[in-house]
Amino acid sequence: MELQEPIAIRLHGRGGQGAVTLAEIVAQAAISEGKYAQAFPSFGPERRGAPVQAYIRIDDNNPIRNRAGVVFPDIVVVLDPSLLNIVNVTAGLKEDGMLVINTRQTLDNIDIKLGDNQKLAVIDATAIAREILGAPIVNTTMIGALVKAKDVVNVDSLLEPLNKRFGRLAEKNISAMKKAYENTLIKEKKAIG
Amino acid sequence: MSKRVGIEVSIALGDAVKMANTDVVAAYPITPQTHIVEHLAELVAEGELDAEYIPVESEHSAMSACMGSAAAGARTFTATAGQGLELMHECLYVASAMRLPIVMAVANRALSAPISVWGDHSDVMACRDTGWIQIFTENGQEVVDTALCAFRIAEDKNVLLPTMVHLDGFHLSHVIEPIMMPEQSQVDAFLPPNKYPFFLDPARPVAMGDFAPPAIYTEMKWAQEINLQKSKETILKAWKEFAEVFGREYKPVESYRCEDAKILLLTMGSYSETAMTAIDKMREKGDCESVGLLRLRLWRPFPTDELREAIKNADILIILDRALSFGSAGGPVAMEIKSALYDVSKKPKIVNFIGGLGGRDITVGGFEEIIKKGIDIARNGSENEFEIFGVRE
Repeated sequence: MELQEPIAIRLHGRGGQGAVTLAEIVAQAAISEGKYAQAFPSFGPERRGAPVQAYIRIDDNNPIRNRAGVVFPDIVVVLDPSLLNIVNVTAGLKEDGMLVINTRQTLDNIDIKLGDNQKLAVIDATAIAREILGAPIVNTTMIGALVKAKDVVNVDSLLEPLNKRFGRLAEKNISAMKKAYENTLIKEKKAIG
Repeated sequence: MSKRVGIEVSIALGDAVKMANTDVVAAYPITPQTHIVEHLAELVAEGELDAEYIPVESEHSAMSACMGSAAAGARTFTATAGQGLELMHECLYVASAMRLPIVMAVANRALSAPISVWGDHSDVMACRDTGWIQIFTENGQEVVDTALCAFRIAEDKNVLLPTMVHLDGFHLSHVIEPIMMPEQSQVDAFLPPNKYPFFLDPARPVAMGDFAPPAIYTEMKWAQEINLQKSKETILKAWKEFAEVFGREYKPVESYRCEDAKILLLTMGSYSETAMTAIDKMREKGDCESVGLLRLRLWRPFPTDELREAIKNADILIILDRALSFGSAGGPVAMEIKSALYDVSKKPKIVNFIGGLGGRDITVGGFEEIIKKGIDIARNGSENEFEIFGVRE
């Protein structure tokens, strides 16, 4: 029997940016597709602005039996560009892992060191959130980037949890999510030789 | 037909308490508290649950209000965690001795000092001897199911005892995961209305929790002990009938891959799931092919017979405690199990680890390390009575 590991996602944000809500919505979308999923924050007192982490695990077939925080992620999502200077966001990222960053930088000029088989996705989520939501709260925007970078859930499955969570603000959040989905750019480094 | 929904465990628990048609919720709404009672407050405010919600000034008052409510014959629920459970402490003994069927969810947390809001089992262990029925849960599904069973067990006329549903603080209480929410018709079929036989009634005045001089106190306590021990029959019956309605079966001691296991790890609560993954890996890699997991669900009344049966073929039993019993020979769970096995002629070598204190994770790799080290200690000995896993000295 080959043990299949769930897809593990680690989110880096700041308190108040909605990383936990991002995790919750993606997990709910996955569960609505009949998959198994879990989402939880790096536990503790909530402090606005402090670096926080949240985690998602998704498994297509089996219940998730792991309640420890994600230390070896398949995907890392960074909600706040300023975290790149103070947190080692790629710690434990798998050799073929994916890093998804909210940044104004482009794929060509961003200064990120990744392994040969690790992939990078960038999106200016803050600009999209300011434009569509009128506030720099990027969690729903970054859902679009995450799902573009790796199709962990279908875009359609996100609609119900987004509607439920945001009520009358859902429409704008869905627009922001979709715009990010369309504009996320992905670079795959090719192994040398 | 119900289907799995992605929901925070605390919210799901609140919904289950609503489906149980609870009459009274009395709770202290500030730290340490969870979304459980916050959600119930919303349900009552929005008119979705026809109940009295009593926000009180402390946990001591919360339990006192619950006692009055249960004595009046109302279905009564509260939730707390950590320091809040300790502030209730003296009331907990009164509730059990007065045979008041209160159901309480405890999101298990560490105790101060230093201040920690994170999870472990220190709060429960300080309340071990309060005379409550105590059941541990492994995942969100078990939390919902156990809450429904708890009302059924507590209010049974052969039991009439308060019941704690333990869920690990944060590692369960704050996690969004798939839960099969019951249908209201299923809950109604399983859980009859509360018919508390000795309810307060101005037409039939009685004294409750009265004064007991030395001539009667011993008999009262003995009756209470017999009552708690005998509640196991009702607990088993309730779980059996729960399985008939909902298709999910529960046992006092659960086992995982134990059929051929000579080496057993024993845990309580949500870390058991991570331990299962470690056991799968060790078996697959060939590191240890005869390892299995025991999980203690029922903590009070202690399932001595089931435990003895579960360990009868094992050579090594590695016990993980998530609390310290300061100045003693081990963690509270390990000491309890050693005591339960003392009179058994063929018993495994027992190794005790204490870990996961104050919310520290034990990863899959961590559990592999605990099992390997436990086997080594069982075979080669150790100068320590117990090991604190991962401690920096």
